[in-house]
Amino acid sequence: MEKLLDIRDLHVSFTTFGGEVQAVRGVNLELYRGETLAIVGESGCGKSVTANSIMRLIPSPPGKIKEGAILFKGVDMTQLPDKEVRKIRGVDISMIFQDPMTALNPTLTIGDQLTEGLRQHRSISKREANDQAVDMLNLVGIPNPVERLKQYPHEFSGGMRQRIVIAMALICEPELLIADEPTTALDVTIQAQILQLFQKIQKQTRVSIILITHDLGVVAKIADRIAVMYAGKVIETGTRKEIFYTPQHPYTRGLLQSVPRLDQKGEKLIPIDGTPPDLFSPPAGCPFTARCPMAMEVCSKIYPFHSELSQTHEVNCWLQDERAKKFMASTF
Amino acid sequence: MIPEQKEKEQPTHSSIPDEWFQPKKKNTDDAESVVRPSLSYWQDAWRRLRQNKLAMSGLLFLILLGIMAVIGPWVSPHDVDTQNLPNQNQAPSMTHWFGTDELGRDVFTRTWYGARISLFVGLMAALIDFFIGVAYGGLSGYKGGRTDNIMMRIIEILYGLPYLLVVILLLVVMGPSLLTIIIALTVTGWVGMARIVRGQVLQLKHNEFVMASQSFGAKTKRIIQKNLLPNTMGPIIVQMTLTVPTAIFAEAFLSFLGLGIQSPYASWGMMANDALGVILSGDWWRLFFPAFFISATMFAFNVLGDGLQDALDPKLRR
Amino acid sequence: MAKYILKRFLYMVVTVFIIATLTFFLMNLLPGSPFNEERTTNEAVQRNLEAHYHLDEPLIVQYVLYLKSIVTMDFGPSIKQPTETVNSLLSRGFPISAELGVWTVLTALISGVALGVFAALKHNGVIDYIAMTIAVLGISIPNFVLATLLIQQLAVNLGILPAATWSSPQHMILPIVALATGPMAIIARLTRSSMLETLTQDYIKTARAKGLSPFKVIVKHALKNALMPVVTILGTLLAGILTGTFVIEKIFAIPGMGKYFVEGINQRDYPVIMGTTVFYSAFLVFMLFLVDIAYGILDPRIKLHKEGGS
Repeated sequence: MEKLLDIRDLHVSFTTFGGEVQAVRGVNLELYRGETLAIVGESGCGKSVTANSIMRLIPSPPGKIKEGAILFKGVDMTQLPDKEVRKIRGVDISMIFQDPMTALNPTLTIGDQLTEGLRQHRSISKREANDQAVDMLNLVGIPNPVERLKQYPHEFSGGMRQRIVIAMALICEPELLIADEPTTALDVTIQAQILQLFQKIQKQTRVSIILITHDLGVVAKIADRIAVMYAGKVIETGTRKEIFYTPQHPYTRGLLQSVPRLDQKGEKLIPIDGTPPDLFSPPAGCPFTARCPMAMEVCSKIYPFHSELSQTHEVNCWLQDERAKKFMASTF
Repeated sequence: MIPEQKEKEQPTHSSIPDEWFQPKKKNTDDAESVVRPSLSYWQDAWRRLRQNKLAMSGLLFLILLGIMAVIGPWVSPHDVDTQNLPNQNQAPSMTHWFGTDELGRDVFTRTWYGARISLFVGLMAALIDFFIGVAYGGLSGYKGGRTDNIMMRIIEILYGLPYLLVVILLLVVMGPSLLTIIIALTVTGWVGMARIVRGQVLQLKHNEFVMASQSFGAKTKRIIQKNLLPNTMGPIIVQMTLTVPTAIFAEAFLSFLGLGIQSPYASWGMMANDALGVILSGDWWRLFFPAFFISATMFAFNVLGDGLQDALDPKLRR
Repeated sequence: MAKYILKRFLYMVVTVFIIATLTFFLMNLLPGSPFNEERTTNEAVQRNLEAHYHLDEPLIVQYVLYLKSIVTMDFGPSIKQPTETVNSLLSRGFPISAELGVWTVLTALISGVALGVFAALKHNGVIDYIAMTIAVLGISIPNFVLATLLIQQLAVNLGILPAATWSSPQHMILPIVALATGPMAIIARLTRSSMLETLTQDYIKTARAKGLSPFKVIVKHALKNALMPVVTILGTLLAGILTGTFVIEKIFAIPGMGKYFVEGINQRDYPVIMGTTVFYSAFLVFMLFLVDIAYGILDPRIKLHKEGGS
C-alpha cells in the first residue's frame, strides 16, 4: 500500500504565560491510501494539535512546530511556504471540525461557503461551482439542494449542518480528510447516520480519513487502524482488532474498560483514576506511570522503548520487557 | 517505526537495573495533586488586579485625587472665589501654583474644588444608579413573566431616549445646581445597571451550579456567598466604575454649556469653558489644569474599570 | 422581518411621543415659558405665540394642537428673535450640522474599525498596545477639551489650521477630529475585542482549512461577524455625536443646529429649546430605527431571535 502521510517525531509547543506547554512530544504516525486511522485519547492528549499541525493550522503564535517532519505524498508540510500550504488546504487535505453549530459562518449562505473553496482553487464559473455544490449536497444526503444553497446555517439542524460541513470538505475531492471529533456534538442517532455517511463516502471516493475522537464506540465502527495518544505521545498503534482484542498498554486497556460493551454483559465499567500529567513539565518516564495500576520503578525514570508485536501492532510500555514479564509471572 | 531517538544518550536495555522492574509503590498524591493554591474569589481577583499596572496606577491616581479634593483647598492659602482683579491671568508662580483666572481667582484652589464636584457627582451617580438598578433589575428578573416583560418594555423605551437631551431639558426646567445635575443624570442613567442586574438574576435563577449546590444540600447563605455574590457583583462593580467617568463627563459637558455648576463654585467643565475666552492670549494654564484633570480622572476610572472587568471575570481565572 | 420592522417602528413612535409629551408638560411648569404669564413684552412675538400655541384654549386642547404641530413639523416662533421661527433656524442649521455629523460618523467608523482590526491581528504586539492606549485616551478626553486643545495647539500656537467657522475643507478638519475621536476610540475597542473573539471561532478555522488567503479569511469571514456588535452600539454613538455637536459648534462657531440650540438655552428661548429637542430626539430615534433595520439585514439570524432582553 502507498503511504499518503508520514509524521516523524513531531514536537509542537505552545507558549503561554505560565511557560511552554509541550502539547505534542515526538509523535510518529503513518497513513496509507484509502484507510481510516483513528487517533484516540482524552482531551488534551495532543490529538487535535497533531491533526491541526498536518494542515499547519496551529495558531502561531503561541503555537509552534518545534521539531519533526510531516510528509504528505513525500513533501514536508512543515517546510512549505504559506502560499504552497494554502494550495494543499482544502484541495488535497480537508478538515472537519467538532461543532457543526460553529463551523459554518452564520452570516454567509450555505452555497457561498460550499463553493468558495472550489472557486479559490479551480478556475470555474459560478454556475459550475453551484452545480458541483448541488451534487455534493446530494451525496451527503441533503434534500432539495438547489433551494437549500440559498439558505443560512441557522436554518439547518445540527446533523444537517454536519453533512454540509462534510460536503464542504469533500467538494475539491481531497485525498485526505481529517475529522476532528466529527460526531461529538451530535445526538446518538445522528452520530450513527454521520458515521454511515463517512463509510459511504470512503467507498465512493477512496479518500483516506484521519478520525480524531475520544469515543471508542465511533472507532469500533469505522476505523481500520487505531493510534492511542497519551500526554503528547502515541503509546500504542494497531489494527482495530489488535487494539480491541489484544490491547497491550495499560492505558489502552483502561480506555476499553471504561466504555460499555454490548458483547460482554455484566462487566463493570472501570474508570481510570487520576488526571493526565501537566504538560508544562512532562515527566521523564512514561507519562501514565502515576495512574498506571502496573507501574514499575523504571516507568517513572525512562520512557519505554518501542516494541513491535506484529507488522501493525506497536506499543511503548515497559511491560513488554522480558524482565517485567518475569516479575509479573512471579507475583501473580 | 520510530526512527532513532534523538534524545541524549539513550540508555540501552542492559543498562537498566533489573530491580527497576519491581512494581512501584503506589503514591496516590501523584495523580491528583492540585497545583494551584485555592484562593477565595476576592483574593484571586485582587491578585490579578494588582498585576495590571495600568489599572493600579489608575487606582493610585484616584486615591491621590481623592486626598487632594479633601485637603487641596485647605492647603492652599487662597479662597475658591476671592476675586483679586489686579492679579488676573497670572501664570503659575510661587504664590499661585496653577496661576490665576480672569478674575484673579487661584486656579490651584479652584482645581481641587472642581475635583470635589466631579468626584461627588460621579460617585453619587454611580451609587444612585446602583440602588435603582438593583431594585428594578432585581425585581424584574426575580418576578419574571409578565411583570418582567412590561418592565423591560419600559426600559427599552427609556433606553431609546437621548440621554443628554433629556438631562438638558430637565436642567432647563429645574434650573442648574449640583442637586439637579445629579437628579438629571440618574433619571435615565440607571437603565444600564438595571439591565445588567436583571440579566445576572435571570442567569442565576436557572443556573446549573445553583441547582447543583442546592441538590448537594448547601445552605442558602453559603449559596449566596459562594455563588451568587461573586458572579453578580463582578459585572455590577465594573458597571459602577464605568458609570463614574460618564457622569463626570456629563457634568463637565453641562457646565461647559453653562447648565451646570454656577459661579462662585468651580467645576472643571466650567473652568474649561472660561478658558475658551482667553485661548488666543496664550494663557495655557487656564485650559491645561481643568483639561488635564478631567481627562486624567476619566482615564483612571476607565483603566480601573477595564482592569476590574478582567480581574472579576471568573472565566478568565488562570 | 416585516414584523421586526413594524415593532421597531412602534417603539420609535412611542419614544418620540414620550419626549414630545415630556417636553410639553415640563415647559408648562416653567416661569417664562410661552405658556406662562410673564412673557416677553414684544407685541409681535406675543401675537405669534398666541396664534401658535392657542393659549386661550384649555391645556388639553393646547396639548393636542401641539402634538399636531409636531406631526406637521411646525415648531412655532422664537421668543427672542421676532423675525425667526424655529423652523427657519432648523432649516438653516440642520444641513451644516448634518454635514459635520456625517463626516464625523464616517471618520470614526473607518478609523475605529481599522484600528480595532489591526490591533486584533497583532494581538499583544506593539501595534495592539499603542492602538489600545490611543483608544483609552480617546475615550477619556472629553470632546470639548480635545477641541479646545486642538485649537490652542494647531490653530493658535502652530497656525496650521483655521480655528473657527465652517467655510472650507480645512475649516472642517479640527471640528471633525475633535468630535470623531471619542466614538472612534469606542469603535476601535469594541472591534478589537469582537474581532479577537471571532478569530477563535471554528468557522474561521474552517475557512483557513479551505485554503483561503488570510486577507479573504479576515475580510469575508471575520469582519462581517466582528462588526455586528459595532452596529448595535452605533445608535448610542450617534446620540453622543449629536449631543457633541452642541459643544463643538459652540467652540468652533459653526452656524449649525447645535449653536442655535445652545443659544436658545442660554437665552431661555423656550420655543427654540422645545422645538429643537423634539426635532433632535425624533431624528435620533429615527436613526436608531435605521440601525436596527441595518442590523436585521446584516444578521440573517435576526428573524429567529426572540426579541426583548438580552
